[in-house]
Amino acid sequence: MHPSIKESILEKKDEIVEQWLEEIEQFRYEDYLQNISDSVYRSTNREFVDKIFETVDLCSDDVYERISQYSERLIQLGWPLNYITRGLQSFRQITVETLSNTGDNYCYDIEFYQEIESWIDNLINALVSDYSGSWENTVFSQKMALKELSAPLIPVFDEICVMPLIGTIDSERAKLIMENLLEGVIENRAQVVLIDITGVPVVDTMVAHHIIQAAEAVRLVGAECILVGIRPEIAQTVVNLGIDLGKFSTKSTLKKGMATALKMTDREIVDLASK
Amino acid sequence: MQVQTRVDIHSEWGIVAARQAGRKLAKEIGFGSVDQARITTAISELARNIYLYANQGEISIEEVASAGKRGMKVVASDRGPGIKDVRSVMEDGFTTSGGLGAGLPGVKRLMDDFDIDSEEEEGTTIISIKWLR
Repeated sequence: MHPSIKESILEKKDEIVEQWLEEIEQFRYEDYLQNISDSVYRSTNREFVDKIFETVDLCSDDVYERISQYSERLIQLGWPLNYITRGLQSFRQITVETLSNTGDNYCYDIEFYQEIESWIDNLINALVSDYSGSWENTVFSQKMALKELSAPLIPVFDEICVMPLIGTIDSERAKLIMENLLEGVIENRAQVVLIDITGVPVVDTMVAHHIIQAAEAVRLVGAECILVGIRPEIAQTVVNLGIDLGKFSTKSTLKKGMATALKMTDREIVDLASK
Repeated sequence: MQVQTRVDIHSEWGIVAARQAGRKLAKEIGFGSVDQARITTAISELARNIYLYANQGEISIEEVASAGKRGMKVVASDRGPGIKDVRSVMEDGFTTSGGLGAGLPGVKRLMDDFDIDSEEEEGTTIISIKWLR
C-alpha cells in the first residue's frame, strides 16, 4: 500500500475504530449474535479491528497467514460468516468516509479507493475461503460417515446375515447395498440374508426395484433373501403402486424373519428352562 | 391465504426435500399415517420422474378446499422432453428406463385426482390431489 495512505489510515485509527465499534454493536440485534455475552462480543470486536489494522502493511500472502489463525478460532466458536463480511464492509465504508473528511487532496484519487478496496477485499477473501473450506471439510467428513453407516451387513448366526437399512435410499446407496450384500454373502458363506427396511421412510418404485434386484442377485449366488420390517403403511403403498414383491419371502418384523431363517437352515431357538 | 411450498428438483436430494415437505404438510392437514405414506410415496415417484427424465423441474404442494372437502394438491412440472405416448405410460409395466414401470399408474392409485398434461419437447405437468376423508 502507498505509504501516505497507510500513514493517514493509521493516523485516523482511533477515530475509525470508535465508529466501527459503534456500528458493529448495531449488527448484534439483527444477527444471530444475541446469545453472546456483552463482554465476549466487545473483546471479539476489539480483536477483530486490531487484526484488520495489523494487516495494513502486509502483502496478500502474509495477510492469509495472519488472519487464518484468527478465523480458525472464530469458526470453532461458531461465529457466523455474516459477522465477518458485514464487519469488514462497514469497516471499509467508515475508513473511506473518515479519510475523505480530512480534506486532503489524495482522497479524491481513484488510486486511494483502489488501495483500500484491495486491502479489505483481500481480507474478505481470506476469511471467506477459510470459512467455506471448513464447511467443505464438514460436509465431506459427514458424507464419509454416512457412507460408512449406509449398508452394513452383520453376520448374526452361522449362515445368517442381517442388513439393516436406515434412511433414504438413493442410487449411490443402492449400489453400495448391492455390493455389500453380495460380497458379504460370499464372505460369510451366508444361506439367508435378512434385509430390514424398518428405518426406510418411503418405499417407492425405485427403492422397490433396487431391493428386487438385490434379492435376485443374492439368489444367483445361491443364498436366499427375506425382506423384513415392512410397516403397515408401507405394505399398503407397495400394493397401491402395484409392485410385485412375491419373488422372495417377506415378514413384518426382524424377529419373525429370524425365526424363518433359522427354520430354513434347520435350526431353532429352544428355551432351556422348559426342558 | 393458502401457503404453497415449492421445491426445486435438480438432484436426488431435491427428491428427499420434496418428500419431507410433503410429509410435513400432510401431517398438518391431518392425514393419517397411511395416507401420509401414500402422499410421500407419490411425491417421491413424481420427483424421481422429474430427476430421471427432465433433469430438473419443481414440485409444489398446497392445501386445497372444495365443496367442504379438504385435501392436498401436488403439482409436478418440468420443461423436459415430454411424454410421447401418455396412454402407454399410464399402463402398468411400461418403462423406458429399465425400472418397474409402476411409477405413474402407481401415483394415480395412491392419489385421488390425477391429471397429466404433456407435450413433446415442451415439458410435463402433473396435478394430483388427495382428499381428506
